[in-house]
This record gives sequence, structure tokens and C-alpha cells, in this order.
Amino acid sequence: MKILGSLNGFHRIATSLAMAAMLALGAQGASAQDAAGATPAEQLETTDPAAAADVADPDAVAEGSGAYVPMKPTEGKGMPVAAGIDVQQQFSPIGHQANSLHIVLVWVMAIISLFVLALFVWVILKYNKRANPVPSKTSHNTLIEVIWTVVPALILLAIAVPSIGLLSAQYKSPPKDAITVKAIGYQWYWGYAYPDNGDFEIVSNMLTREEAEARGEPFQLAVDNRMVVPVGVPIRFQTTAADVIHSFAVPSLWFKLDAVPGRLNEKLLMIEEPGVYYGQCSELCGARHGYMPIAIEALPMDQYNAWVLAQGGTIAGADEAAPSTVPLQDPESSAPGAAGAGAAPAAPTA
Amino acid sequence: MATTADSFQAHTDDHAHDADHKPGFFARWFMSTNHKDIGTLYLIFAIIAGIIGGGISGIMRMELAEPGIQYLQWWAEFMGGTPDFDTSLHMWNVFITAHGLIMVFFMVMPAMIGGFGNWFVPLMIGAPDMAFPRMNNVSFWLTVAGFVSLLFSLFVPGGTGPGAGVGWTVYAPLSTTGSTGPAVDFAIFSLHLAGAGSILGATNFITTIFNMRAPGMTLHKMPLFVWSVLVTAFLLLLALPVLAAAITMLITDRNFGTTFFDPAGGGDPILYQHLFWFFGHPEVYIMILPGFGMISQIVSTFSRKPVFGYLGMAYAMVAIGVVGFVVWAHHMYTVGLDVNTKMYFTAATMVIAVPTGVKIFSWIATMWGGSIEFKSPMVWAIGMIFLFTVGGVTGVYLANGGIDDVVHDTYFVVAHFHYVLSMGAVFSMFAGFYYWFPKMSGRMHSELLSHLHFWGFFIGVNVIFFPQHFLGLQGMPRRYPDYAEAYAYWNEISSFGYTIMALSMILFFVNIVYAFVAGKKAADNPWGEGATTLEWTLSSPPPFHQFETLPVIEDHHTADDHMSPKPA
Repeated sequence: MKILGSLNGFHRIATSLAMAAMLALGAQGASAQDAAGATPAEQLETTDPAAAADVADPDAVAEGSGAYVPMKPTEGKGMPVAAGIDVQQQFSPIGHQANSLHIVLVWVMAIISLFVLALFVWVILKYNKRANPVPSKTSHNTLIEVIWTVVPALILLAIAVPSIGLLSAQYKSPPKDAITVKAIGYQWYWGYAYPDNGDFEIVSNMLTREEAEARGEPFQLAVDNRMVVPVGVPIRFQTTAADVIHSFAVPSLWFKLDAVPGRLNEKLLMIEEPGVYYGQCSELCGARHGYMPIAIEALPMDQYNAWVLAQGGTIAGADEAAPSTVPLQDPESSAPGAAGAGAAPAAPTA
Repeated sequence: MATTADSFQAHTDDHAHDADHKPGFFARWFMSTNHKDIGTLYLIFAIIAGIIGGGISGIMRMELAEPGIQYLQWWAEFMGGTPDFDTSLHMWNVFITAHGLIMVFFMVMPAMIGGFGNWFVPLMIGAPDMAFPRMNNVSFWLTVAGFVSLLFSLFVPGGTGPGAGVGWTVYAPLSTTGSTGPAVDFAIFSLHLAGAGSILGATNFITTIFNMRAPGMTLHKMPLFVWSVLVTAFLLLLALPVLAAAITMLITDRNFGTTFFDPAGGGDPILYQHLFWFFGHPEVYIMILPGFGMISQIVSTFSRKPVFGYLGMAYAMVAIGVVGFVVWAHHMYTVGLDVNTKMYFTAATMVIAVPTGVKIFSWIATMWGGSIEFKSPMVWAIGMIFLFTVGGVTGVYLANGGIDDVVHDTYFVVAHFHYVLSMGAVFSMFAGFYYWFPKMSGRMHSELLSHLHFWGFFIGVNVIFFPQHFLGLQGMPRRYPDYAEAYAYWNEISSFGYTIMALSMILFFVNIVYAFVAGKKAADNPWGEGATTLEWTLSSPPPFHQFETLPVIEDHHTADDHMSPKPA
């Protein structure tokens, strides 16, 4: 877990205020301060995660060449980018559809705001006391009132049509043979159950800064055991919670679904490319609300099956000879560093 | 608005006159039945609550200025907790909860409705006071008691640390089984008290406006500020009982073994959200509608033109109030709603943009052709209209249930509602304050200081909140004390914006002091011929009791020219 800052609060408050005051007076140091304020470790984390990963536990290679190894995330994919101003790049069909509407809406918002701003500039220049000493007495004009009621209504109608279409696409049911994955929110970590694969459950906790850096992953998004899913196929994704309400959110998949105790929410999830996709709990759930991130790893079906077997799960249609116990994935055996991933099962060490 | 009342009062200098007989200090301020004194009490209360609530947002922006936990541990100890990790994080949740509840229930609502509403509704309709002056006093002191209960909750155990860390929405089960200790009970009780005060206030306003208008002032001749308070009072009256019911069920779930919101006993946590937002959405209009009314008065005054499309403006507020009751589930798009439900709430929510657009365009049309004077209330009003437009269009964006999936509960939502509230509601309150301060105090504030205040505040809040759109689109969730490195850039800029805003607030307080110490004496009507409502026919400050003989609103005015300057 995160180490708390020093108790030397007043000094830092004063420094921060002084710096802020300087900026308020016009110094353009925001980005300079940003860079200067970061510790070397933090800079390493954002600038070169791969380099950090290379020093990670090399022992993993020795554990068997076929073993599952967590995929290295691609910088900027499935995670926020520094100083980004738009939505994250999308990796799901719904994400692409929603993103097109998003772009339209951003333009609509910008044009309306600029139109209103232009009206203000015009009014301020043309109808100030000096330019127009005698005010008109006009207080109504039916035509223009009808126009500014009807035109916005038509714009809204034009938005509503694709918006409703997006909603119906989001609520498409997964096919009957879709693999079911269930996320369970706990205070303050996620559990992922695989009822179609022998109903094993893995527990997913946030990595510490050191662990995340060692694995070349962004701190506060990286977890020890990821939710592994097959890529390119529809997944029946379900959420529930054990204690309070949590919310399962992955921005790069345009996906957010609350995890509510006593309720099973279900939604179709489909990921287009193999990769690691990060998200965070998005419903206030108590003290460590900010420290229960989500990481999805999408793998081709054969690698997914291998991962399932490695967890002690079963593959549909295969011989029902899986262990009856539900072993937890051992974080030690899932350290990165080994190259490639095969289909051979690795015995869980737990 | 023409009146024949001038000769009856307002210019008397005879302090022995009955109209100006004031009770002693304690009776006047602690047992008050005078709408102007109660209005003043509400304004002072709102300013104090605003300092506390705004100070808490300073703590939050300071913590968020860089990644990591810097100051929460110190605050955990300061508030009487242990400085361990969970308590520190709990303090964060306490701060966001307190900031939200204070700003909504103890700053915006008391200032808008209790402060300006109490002061100016009776003056604008030509009434001597509110209909139920003693109930008015009860409303105020219930609000104070509610605030005390909320502050008390900060210092008693609330689960992982002192204080209620459940968010202003108080969602179950985090607020029931998720938070042991009495803090959440005190926070809920605080809402009960403030809510009861608001319901009493709402009945008072409705009765006053329906029964105490001066002869000749029909509903369609009422100033738009009075219209806005009337609509707001109905929203309060219909919405707050639902909140009271919901939080009473929370109390019984917490303490008396009921399971309204506990699935283990057949209850449903989502039921609480439906009840809360059935109140909560009208609540956001409760916070902005009186602001709409004030902006209408101010724009008309300083453009020296009657309000454009008066009837459209009045009924746009009625429409916003009505439609505002049937859009609540857009706050719950991700809870697992049915697809048809989500489509309905998407469509219904977007409908609200139409009457809101009517208001924006009517304000601009009021200015169009006018002879605009950029006095302090007017610059705040113009700032409000533009920034509210920006908050409005992001509202249309968020209305889309499918789009909302990516930004729900992120900083995009934080940016949106601060644009409509921190900019919409707060800018209109400052506009109203500078507009009516000379009337209330009898002293002129400094135009220079209030313009500087405007520019500092305008730049500050935009630097705070505009980058939060980017953070939200990038996926940064709300209510996080700490964040991934990628979010550092915009968070730091946002925190610098807070400092600009905070520095500008110093000018606000300097300005008040200046006005009382060295401000010029305010004329009855310092704003000129554009200020046509009845309060400007009275002295500044008005006599302790006004309109002992009711003013008569002359008949030849129609709805269309109801704002035209009174004949000389």
C-alpha cells in the first residue's frame, strides 16, 4: 500500500500556496512544476516502464516455458495518457460506436458554446451604453421565440436518434454459448469468478508502487492477478458485490457497470485486441475506494484456456477431471519476465 | 413597476415612527420575525457555511495537487483520529461529504431562498412581510441546528475514522452496514433538520406569493425573481418529503433492524438511489432557479430594457420544474437499469435543454438593443449566463445514457455540476449580492473591487474546473484522494486555479468591509431607470416595516411591458 506523506504538513501547505500564488500572478510554470515535482521513481514509472520491467524477477522463466505470464501493458493503450484531453483509445465495438457519437457531441457542445459567446461579444460591443445610448423597448418577437425553441429541439432530436441506437447496441444479449465472467466487488479489492470454467475465483489486489514498477505497470492501476478473458468473442460479464456498492469501470472499453450487493448485473463485453486494459472502482465504497483498480487481460482463446487450466479451472467440453478445490492464483508464480505463453497447464503452487 | 406607494413610507427620517421601531439586539436577531432581518441572518449564515465548505474544497485541491497522499494523515490526527492509512483515506471521504452537504444545504439554499428570497420576495410583491413570520424564524433556526448537527458529525466515530464518509448522496449500504458509529446518524439528522426548515420555508413562500401580492399585481405581472422562488418553493415542497422518507429509512436500517435497503432482508440498495434522486434532481433546480430569477432582474436592469419574452421566461421555469421531477434516474445510468428505462430517461433529460435554451436566448435578447451598463452585478450575470451555457451543453452530453457509461462518476461529472452550480448558482449569488447589497446595507460597495473579484473568480473557477473535463474523459473517477501519474498534469493546474479563486474571495470580504467603513451612502435606486421593481421605490436600507399601506400596481401595464420604467 501507499506510504503516507510526512507529517510536515504546514510547510508543504505553505510552499504549495506560495507556488500557486506565483502562478496566479501569471508565471507559466504549471508544466515545469509538474516535471520538477515528480520524483525520479515517478518519472521512471511514466516515461519508461519497459526498462523497469526488465529488472523484474527472472526466476519466472525457470518455472516452465509454458506457464502463463502476465502480458506487459502497452504504454498508452488501455490506460490514461499524461495530460490527455480526450477519451481513451477504444478497444471494443461499443467503444467505437460510442466514440463516433462522442466526437459529434463534442463538436455540438463547442459550436453552441462558441455561438453563445459570439452573441455575447456582439451584444457587448454593439449595445453598450456608449454605442447605444437609447435602449429599444422590444420585449417580444414570436417568430424568434419559436425559432429558439424549435431549433434546439431539432438538434436534440438529431442527437437522440444515434444515442438511442447506441443504447440498444449496448444492451444486446450475449449469445448462449458465451463465456461467463463474474466480477465481485469487495472492500477493497475485486474477485473474478469463472462459472463456466469450473467456477474458480481469483482475487485481485492493487500492487504496491515497488511491485508495479518492477512489473513495468502504472502504479494505482496495476493489480497482482488480472481478470483474464478471451479476446474477440462476446463475454457474458456480470457484476455483484459482497458488502457495499462498487462499480466496475474500464474507460478504454467504454464500460461501466455497478456492482450492487444482492443484485446481479449483466452486460455483454467484447474486446477486440489482445492487451491489458485498466480501470478503477467508480462508486464510493469506503476508505480505500481509490485503491481497488481493475486490470483486464485479453488473450487469444487458446492462451485463455491455458490460463484457465493453470488456475485449476476446466474448459467446456473437456474432460471433467479438474480439481474440486478452488485454488487461488499464486502471485509469486505470475511474475513477469518470461517470454511467450503456451497452452501447457502449470500446476498451481497453492 | 409603477407604484403609488412612495408617499406613504420609505423616505421617512423619523426614527420614532412605528415603522422603524426595532426591538433590542437579542430579540431582533435571535427571535426575529422580520423578513429582512431573517434574510440577513440567512446571508450571514450562508457566508459562514460557504467559508467552511470552500475551505474544505481548498483542503481537497491541495491534496490533489500531486499524486500520493500528502496531507490527509495530518487531518486525520487533527480531527481526532489515528494517523493510519485507512483513517487518512476516510478523512478524504469525510471532506467530500461535508463539502457537498455544506455547499448544497447550508450555502446555496440558505443564500438563494432564505437570504435573497426572504429579503426581496415581500419587497417585490409589495407585501409588508412574509405570511408566517414566526415560522420564518423557525425555518432559519432549524437550518442552523442542522448545520451544527453536521459539524458535530465530523468529530464522532464514523466507521474507519471520525466523521461521515459516505458522500452527499449517502448511498446505502455504505451508509448503513458500511459505516458504524454515530457520525452518519448525525449527518442524516442534519438533513432532517435542514429539510424540515426548507419545507416550512417553502410553505411560507407559497402562501406569501399567492396571498400577499399588492393590489393589481397579478401572477403575470410578478417580477421573474418572485416567479423563480415560487417554482422553487413548489419543488422543495414536493421533493424534500421524499428525501425525508429515504433518510428516515436509512436511520431505521442503521439503528432499528429494518432492511429497507438491505438485500439480506429483502430490501434493495437501488431503492434508496431512486428515492434519493427523486429528491436530488429537483434539488439541483432548487439551487439554480432563484439564480435564474436574479439574472433576469439584473440583465433587465442594466440593459435598461424590459425582460424579453417575460411569459416564456416564467413558464420556462415552470417547465424546468415539472420536467425536473421525471429525469432522476439519469444519475443512476450504471446501476443496471432496463434498456427502455434508460432510453426514457435519456430522452426526458434532453428535453430540459429546451426551456433552458429559451432562458439563455431570452437573456441575450434582453441585452440585444439595450443600453448596457457594465456595473458589478451585470458582469457577474453575463459570466453566469455564459458559464451556465457551458455547463448546460455538458449536461446534454451526459444525458445520453450510452455515452454516460464512460464518464459516469468521473471528473467530467464533477466539472459539469460545478459549471452549473459553482459557476451558475454561485455567480448568480454574487450578481444578486452586488445588485442588492446597496439596498440591504444602505452603502455602496466598490465597483473596482467587485470587478477585480469577478475577474479573479472567473479565471480561477475556469482554471479549476475546465481541466476536470479532460480528467474525466481520460477516466479519472470522482471521490479519489490519489490518482495514477497520468492524471497529475491537469490536477495540478486545477489546484492552481483554486488559489486564484481563493485570492479573489479576499477581495469580496475587503469590499464588504470597505462598504461599511467608507462606502458612499446608497440612493433609493442606485441603478437608474432600468431598476423598476418595487424594492427600488423604498429607502436604502428599507424601513424596518415597509408597505404599511399597500402599493397599487397600475392597471395599464400588460405582461409584455410589465418591466417598463415607471412614468416620471
